[in-house]
Order: sequence, then structure tokens, then C-alpha cells
Amino acid sequence: MNKLSVSLPGLEMKNPIMPASGCFGFGKEYAGFYDLSVLGAAAIKAATREPRFGNPTPRVAETHSGMLNAIGLQNPGVDKIMENELPFFQSYDLPIVANIAGSTVEDYCEVARKISKHPQVSALELNISCPNVKEGGIQFGTDAATAAALTKKVKAVSSKPVYVKLSPNVSNIAEMALAVEEAGADGLSMINTLLGMRLDLKTRKPVLANKTGGLSGPAIKPVAIRMIHEVSQAVSIPIIGMGGVSSAEDVIEFMLAGASAVAIGTANFVDPYVCPEIISQLPELLEKMNVNHITELIGGSWKECGIPSLSR
Amino acid sequence: MKKEFVRVISQKEIAHQIFELKVQGEVVAEMTSPGQFVHLRVSDSFQPLLRRPISICDVDLSNRTLTMLYRKEGTGTALLSQKKEGETVDLLGPLGNGFPLDAITAGQTALLVGGGIGVPPLYYLAKELTKRGINITAVLGFQSERDAFYKEKFAELGEVFISTVDGSLGTKGFVTDVLNNEDINYDLLYSCGPTVMLKALEAQVPDADGFFSLEERMGCGIGACFACVCHINGGEPSDYVKICSNGPVFPIGRVAL
Repeated sequence: MNKLSVSLPGLEMKNPIMPASGCFGFGKEYAGFYDLSVLGAAAIKAATREPRFGNPTPRVAETHSGMLNAIGLQNPGVDKIMENELPFFQSYDLPIVANIAGSTVEDYCEVARKISKHPQVSALELNISCPNVKEGGIQFGTDAATAAALTKKVKAVSSKPVYVKLSPNVSNIAEMALAVEEAGADGLSMINTLLGMRLDLKTRKPVLANKTGGLSGPAIKPVAIRMIHEVSQAVSIPIIGMGGVSSAEDVIEFMLAGASAVAIGTANFVDPYVCPEIISQLPELLEKMNVNHITELIGGSWKECGIPSLSR
Repeated sequence: MKKEFVRVISQKEIAHQIFELKVQGEVVAEMTSPGQFVHLRVSDSFQPLLRRPISICDVDLSNRTLTMLYRKEGTGTALLSQKKEGETVDLLGPLGNGFPLDAITAGQTALLVGGGIGVPPLYYLAKELTKRGINITAVLGFQSERDAFYKEKFAELGEVFISTVDGSLGTKGFVTDVLNNEDINYDLLYSCGPTVMLKALEAQVPDADGFFSLEERMGCGIGACFACVCHINGGEPSDYVKICSNGPVFPIGRVAL
């Protein structure tokens, strides 16, 4: 029996591990390191209606146990992604989550309508939480009514399940989650990056050309755990958890918090083999914890049934 | 390209804050193209988190040893400079595309122009070119005498000109001043250094054929994170190249500097 399999709307996964959007390009780079079919799924880089170059460089800055990025949703546009990037995954056995972004409701709907029809796409991830673009992105992700309205429109045109990627840059994330659940979201992914900044003492100016960037990496893990713990108890749709995951132990922690699957982002930049390594370490870790199937862990930090080994 | 814990053979400071690090590992066998780089993880902890891109300065394929030169500047390179003989370093590489060696033929002359920590990859290039019967002339620019390195090593392979900003060694000024002062004939130009130097060079010798190796802050080093992206000359506004995976070496004029 596969102890690691998880099932989410549109995503039948061999294991709960997927690279996070924006940290995996369109897969080709990592295919040079390992067989992508070992992954539970993969979320590809955000698609927008038109090609985007993104922000000027420097686009990344290291921080304590983390990094700031302000890439700015660089991508060749939805048409080219469908034509040139998605067919690559035909040779692999894994569901693909297509991340979609836009500046207007119409943009999102157009991208969603198109890319959800692609045979390689199993689900959409509605990116309403990118902190690095001037228009669109996060403005849809910080107001519950706006997020819900967008979710409803995208759901109406998408032929695949829709996961809404939530921003941690809000005062009440459960309210956001409930609003998009009510609007028809099939699942949530959380958290996107935290808005941050670093200054250069020599120039006395921000290190990033965009001034601000999104903070990711191990530094944000406790924030993600807290938010997933809170949101998973408030909603009944599944959560793809992410935010600083870099080990098998982190994956367990995210699932105990309430995630049904776990995405790995920044850690891929540190070690391109991190996803397959974590996947291979999970069975032994489950055994140590006396867990028969990984799904038993989901919400274990707050569910009364808990995990057998932890019940005293 | 692969990941390996390579063993430190030696480490010494050869100029002000410039360290020469020699490591040994099976992965070195793949480092046959001058101009490629490696990505080092200098700590097991999350501080610093990301790898450090370091150019390949010299390779001994028979002994599987790699020589890297780097400037000790921030937290990462400070930690790297503390690595002692016998310790290991997590190395990913070789990454990127090196300098084309077949763009020039035996008997012709290559001009190698390097600035600061852009000099190291030109040394492996110089060795490979001379091995192929190509003459080399090197113009190396540094801040001052205490920052200069590998002058003698290059001199074993061809003619060398040095420039220093303060004039403490060689020509006072920049590499471009050397090119102004000296009558250097060459067939192909190879250069690596700060973007400002490459820009000045491009303006000075607009008709030169050759290759530039570019520097930019990197995230992943393998083309996935889109941190080190550049515009292309004459392309659409959305056209780009990634320095890590499409470069770091590009034909002169291809990338908008």
C-alpha cells in the first residue's frame, strides 16, 4: 500500500509533495536532476494573459533564514505556455497545477478559461497574492469581497478545480478563506510570501530594484503553520500548505497543522533534489511516528482523533 | 551537472580578501568548459540560505581538482574562507555555458580582458586556448596592487597588461585605458568582469567579435527562479535570457548591458 498517497480535488497524488509555483519554472530545469514522475504534483510558474518581462534586477535578496524576491510574474504569456511549456509534461506521470495571475477580472478569466482546457492541467491555482506587481495580484487577495467575486467568476469559466492561493499579508486570513470557499473554491493554497524589504547600508537604499519583495524560506514557516492551523479549522475545503518547507519533518508539521498536501518553494533553489529526498524520507518518518497512512496526520494538531502514537 | 560534497585540498589568501580554494571530487571530471561556474552551499544551516555562484578558475582533470578564486565579501564567502583542508563543501555544477573555444583557430590571437573577480574564469580559458595553439594577450584590471592576482600565471601563457585604479601596479586607470595606450592586435575578444566594465569595453571596441561573461545576483543558478534575467538587444520587450542557464557567456552584443 502507498502510505503517502493523497487525494485532492483534481489531484490524485502519489505523495503530498509538490514544488510550489514560481520555484520550479516550467519543470524542465529540474528534469535534469531527477524523474519528475516521483513528485505528487507540480505547480508551474504563473501564467498571465500577455507575456511579462517582470521587474528590473536585483530581483532577489537574501535575509536571515530566508530570501526576498520581486520577480514580477515574468512569463511568456498563457498562449506560449500552453503551446511550448505544458506539452513537456506529457512524458511524465504527475498532475500539473497551473498558477494564473492577472491585472483585471477579465485577465484572470481569460487565462483560466484557456489553460484549464489544456489536457496536461489538472487544477488551477488562482494567484491573488503576488506582492510584486503593481496592478492585480495582491489587491484581489486582501479584500474578502473582491477575492470572492473573482473566485466566482473564475470558477464559472474553469473546466478544472480551482485552488485559491491566499496572501498572509492580511489581518484576518480565515475571513479570506471562508469568503473564497463560499464563492466556490475547491481548495486553498497558503501561504504566499510575506511582504518585506532589505536595505543596503552602503547605498542606504533598498537592495531590490522593486524596493519591496516577498519573503520566503524557513523564516516564514511559523507564520504559515499558524495560518494553516487556523484556516483548516474554519473551512471544509483542503489546503495545500507551503511556506519555508525544507525537510520531511516540516511536511509532517504542515499536515498536522491542517494541510492535505505540501508545496516546497525556496528549498528547491538551495537543493534541486530536495523534493525527491523528502519524498524518500517520509515513509520511515511515518513508521517512526506509528502512522499507517499520511492522511491520518491531516489536522492532527487540532482534531480530537489525533495520531495513534501521540494519544496517551 | 550534479551535486557532490567535494573535499578541500587547500585554501589560501592570495591577494587582499581574494582566496584560492582547491577542492577534489568526481564531479570535477565534468568541468571541461572554461567559463562555467559552480554553486556552493557554504553552511548546513539556513544562514546563509542560498548557494554562492563561483567561477571555475582552473581544473586538473587527471587529479579531479578544481581551483576557485573568490573575494571574501559577505557572510557566505566569509564562511567559505574558513573551510580547512579535509573539510567538505556542497557543490552543485558545473552550471551554465562556457566560452566557445572553436570560435578561433590555431595561430590566431585571443584578447582576454578581466576585471577584479571576473579574472579567474579567464585563466582556465587561457590555458585551454594556448593548448589549442592560440596566442593570448591578457588585460587584467584591479583596484590596486594589493587586490591583484595571477599576473605571473597569465604571463606563463602570453603577454599580460595590468591596470589598477590607483596606479599602484601597471597602467593607472581601467582596462579600457590599457587598450587605448597599447597597440594590441587580436582576432577575438573574451571578457569577464563587472557590467560597467563590459559596457565600457563594448563602447570602446564596438566592432569586436567575441564573448562576454556576465555577473548578476542569482537565486537557484539553474534557470528556475528568474532572478538573473536580462533583456536582449533588438528583441521584444518581453524577450530575455537567464544569465545562469543561458549564459553566463554570451556573444558580444547579444545582451542589453
